[in-house]
Amino acid sequence: MTQVVERRVTGGSWLPFARRRAVRFLTSLWVLVTAAFLMIHLIPGDPAREALGMTASPDVVNARREALGLNDSLLTQYWHYLGDLFSGDLGTSLVSGTPVADLIGDRLPATLQLAVTAFLVVVVVAVPVGVVMAVLTRGGRRRGAELGFTSTSVVLAAIPEFLLAVGLVSLFGVALGWLPVAGRDAAGSSVLPVLALAIGPAAVLARIVRVELLSVLGNDFVRTARAKRLPARLVYVRHALPNALTATLTLGAMMLAGMVAGTVLVENVFAWPGLGSTIVGSIQQKDYPAVQGIVLVYGTGVLLVNLGVDMVLALLDPRSTIREA
Amino acid sequence: MRALRTPVGLAAGLLLVLLALLAVFAPLLWGSRADAIDTDALQQGASAQHLLGTDALGRDIFYRVLVATRLTLGLALVATFVGVTAGLVLGSLPSVLPRWAGRLVTSAVNIAVAFPGLLLALFFAVIFGTGTVGAVLAIAFAITPSFARLTQTLTASVSGRDFIAAARVCGVGRFRLLVRHVLPNIAEPLVINATLAAGSALTAFAGLSFLGIGVQAPSYDWGRLLGEGLNRIYVSPAPALGPAVAVVLAGLAFNLFGEAAASAASHRQVVRQRSKPLHESTVEERDGEGVLTVRNLRVSFPGAAGWITPVRGVSFTVGQGEMIGVVGESGSGKSLTALAVSRLVEDPGVVTADRLEFAGKPVTETSPRELGTSLAMVFQDPMTTFNPTRRIGRQLAEVSEVHHGMSRKAAFERVVDRLRAVRIPSAAKRARQYPHEFSGGMRQRAMIAMGLMGEPRLVIADEPTTALDVTVQREVLRLLARVREERSAAVLLISHDITVVAQTCDRVLVMYAGRIVEELPTAELFTSARHPYTTALLAAVPDLETDRDAPLAVIPGRPPEPAEIGAGCPFAPRCPVADERCRNEEPELTEVEDGHRVACWRLVEGLPGLDDAMPDEKCRDGELRAGRVS
Repeated sequence: MTQVVERRVTGGSWLPFARRRAVRFLTSLWVLVTAAFLMIHLIPGDPAREALGMTASPDVVNARREALGLNDSLLTQYWHYLGDLFSGDLGTSLVSGTPVADLIGDRLPATLQLAVTAFLVVVVVAVPVGVVMAVLTRGGRRRGAELGFTSTSVVLAAIPEFLLAVGLVSLFGVALGWLPVAGRDAAGSSVLPVLALAIGPAAVLARIVRVELLSVLGNDFVRTARAKRLPARLVYVRHALPNALTATLTLGAMMLAGMVAGTVLVENVFAWPGLGSTIVGSIQQKDYPAVQGIVLVYGTGVLLVNLGVDMVLALLDPRSTIREA
Repeated sequence: MRALRTPVGLAAGLLLVLLALLAVFAPLLWGSRADAIDTDALQQGASAQHLLGTDALGRDIFYRVLVATRLTLGLALVATFVGVTAGLVLGSLPSVLPRWAGRLVTSAVNIAVAFPGLLLALFFAVIFGTGTVGAVLAIAFAITPSFARLTQTLTASVSGRDFIAAARVCGVGRFRLLVRHVLPNIAEPLVINATLAAGSALTAFAGLSFLGIGVQAPSYDWGRLLGEGLNRIYVSPAPALGPAVAVVLAGLAFNLFGEAAASAASHRQVVRQRSKPLHESTVEERDGEGVLTVRNLRVSFPGAAGWITPVRGVSFTVGQGEMIGVVGESGSGKSLTALAVSRLVEDPGVVTADRLEFAGKPVTETSPRELGTSLAMVFQDPMTTFNPTRRIGRQLAEVSEVHHGMSRKAAFERVVDRLRAVRIPSAAKRARQYPHEFSGGMRQRAMIAMGLMGEPRLVIADEPTTALDVTVQREVLRLLARVREERSAAVLLISHDITVVAQTCDRVLVMYAGRIVEELPTAELFTSARHPYTTALLAAVPDLETDRDAPLAVIPGRPPEPAEIGAGCPFAPRCPVADERCRNEEPELTEVEDGHRVACWRLVEGLPGLDDAMPDEKCRDGELRAGRVS
């Protein structure tokens, strides 16, 4: 027992955790990079021919193959691809002829703005709502409110974000004319996209917070806090909520990753000049280097989100279960 | 189909049937109307003639939405089927493959599952190209990782069960084990999740078609219609809203049906609210002033079949500086009594009492500050009674910060002082540690120290030593005794162990089935206990003279559940001397000597034969028993 205590006190579990997590992150990153590389090669037939269409002359196709480096051996291509990646070269867009890295640099801030704002809205709305609902409906109280809350959240969560977006546009943009429906320039133009992106995840997270908090409220230490006659506010916020955070954060991270992808659809509805509208155009135009680069950005984003959440969890949880798992 | 029994499940089920009918019949009935080009009515808005307006070729959008049901549902189901099958195969592989290969598959799935489905779908859409087949495969493979993960987890949870181990011992092969024993046992959650997956496949497909990388013209599904309608949402919203509503309804139908099936599968029981129980009050039998006065205390909870009352009319008094023990088997209501007197029973539990007074005031009128500082609680399991995410010192300091308005620093100094008082070594360092860094005994002492942050007049200790080993038990009991001596606080010690109570307390309350059945001074416990239950409890305690070859004495039968208690004495079914009256009428607690109360008909009637009825009863030497532990 003393040994265990010593080890934990000195934080001995940190280094192995950091090492293990770093290995996992790097492995996933390598898988992502390789998958993005192989994507072009997995396309049935000749990607250059696919991109240029049946009518293009063999010379043009061959030039395109050369430009894509498709005439080299697979290993050479992979080697070049990795080397370029390390030097920050993501290739050149086949459609616009600009470097993909510049394209991403142009478009990424708009997407980040959308995703980060939406995530903040989700947290700011969902956590208090979940806590209040848990407190109101604990121990089987207020069955009506509980039913109303759960069914509303199920319905909201089941509506895909792009349909919500369409609904919001037709209501606030067209029918009421309160807010701009497209672009990023007008004031308030980000309100509807953020709402479309945030409402579903907020409903899900509020439900999770409520369920987690309810299960925490059944714990002995909550009874201890009540036995100390702390004000109810302290019992819930100081004692119960932190213990509900682990599960909430884990699921919240999955949703945040989902929201990164959700931006693709929402950006298309609102003509938001971000990566999402770019990747769809690139897929339709078979602009493979651009698609490759954007897939890498999205994938890395998701991996970073997961990494960040695991670190936060390890910091927050003094029992360091995640570090020892 | 239990899911159909709930209103939500029924509505979702009906919606699914309607969708299926539309998918089958709509193209036959309205196929030609949906494709009829009308150059006189191009791009019209909603009207009586065209409910959702017309498209660029003058085709009626309402009928197109109806007809598109077949393609939309069909593609979603095909994609779900392919994805779920692939996921099942991938998820079962680790249990069939050699270990290294299984691990490889598992980690591949773990990496893939981190990426959102839509991202995977876009990735595969690039490979398979834009179009219907590409989109089906893209969505199918986007479902695959999460389903593989689900199969893995479920398989792993089933694999640990006994029947799998038994089949393995019988030499059943891995593949056969998987198909015959594992998969049937995880079928239900898999089917439920497949339903949910179909819902998300449908919306994801709509998303891809909407983006223009799913279904291509001249074919059309709801997503494509939506995409076409969105371009002119300024002019007329109906052409976009129609397909959008269709997608939402269909997605909801799948989702709600899956959720209803899931909640039906987990047998969630709903406790119906009933009218509050009526508690008859009884005449106060004995008066007395003390730190804690309890008269006719009852605690009830709503159960499936009406109110259940685990504490049924308990009365006792705890005097200044007195140490009182409460003993009884688990379920006798002793812990609930402790929670009820300290006002910690939460809704839906209902506490009533003729009198419930702490320090001369009704508990309901006592302020939280007074309760928080002068009523200390020590709970059973020290491993769970501290908040694992907060430092011990902070948890103790809270009491003084909230109730005494102390600064953080002053409160911390008091914490260190109190931790020293309960003999915790290097208290200042310990106060900065988390509960998991404390041993069980130390936590229990810290818990007592928490009570000492105020000036306790009463310490309620609910099985404080049950979770601890014997040497630590003694330390904690000594500490409680010391608190009582030094601070003249009264102690209410609850225990299922009659020897623990015997060696520390002044008086004993014996509880059975929610009532006190005997109350007597500890000094008389081993010589003049009169209730058959008390004597049976004493007889069940082994001591140094117990014949170690003979089986340990036990009380036959089990205590009744609160719902099973009938009209008679609840102990009658286990009582060796029970007669007809015992079975029909419950005895009241009656004073037999000064300070000695018993609830038993046979004793009141003065019938002899108790000792003969307890054949295992051997030794009544109280000192010997007490000496065993102390």
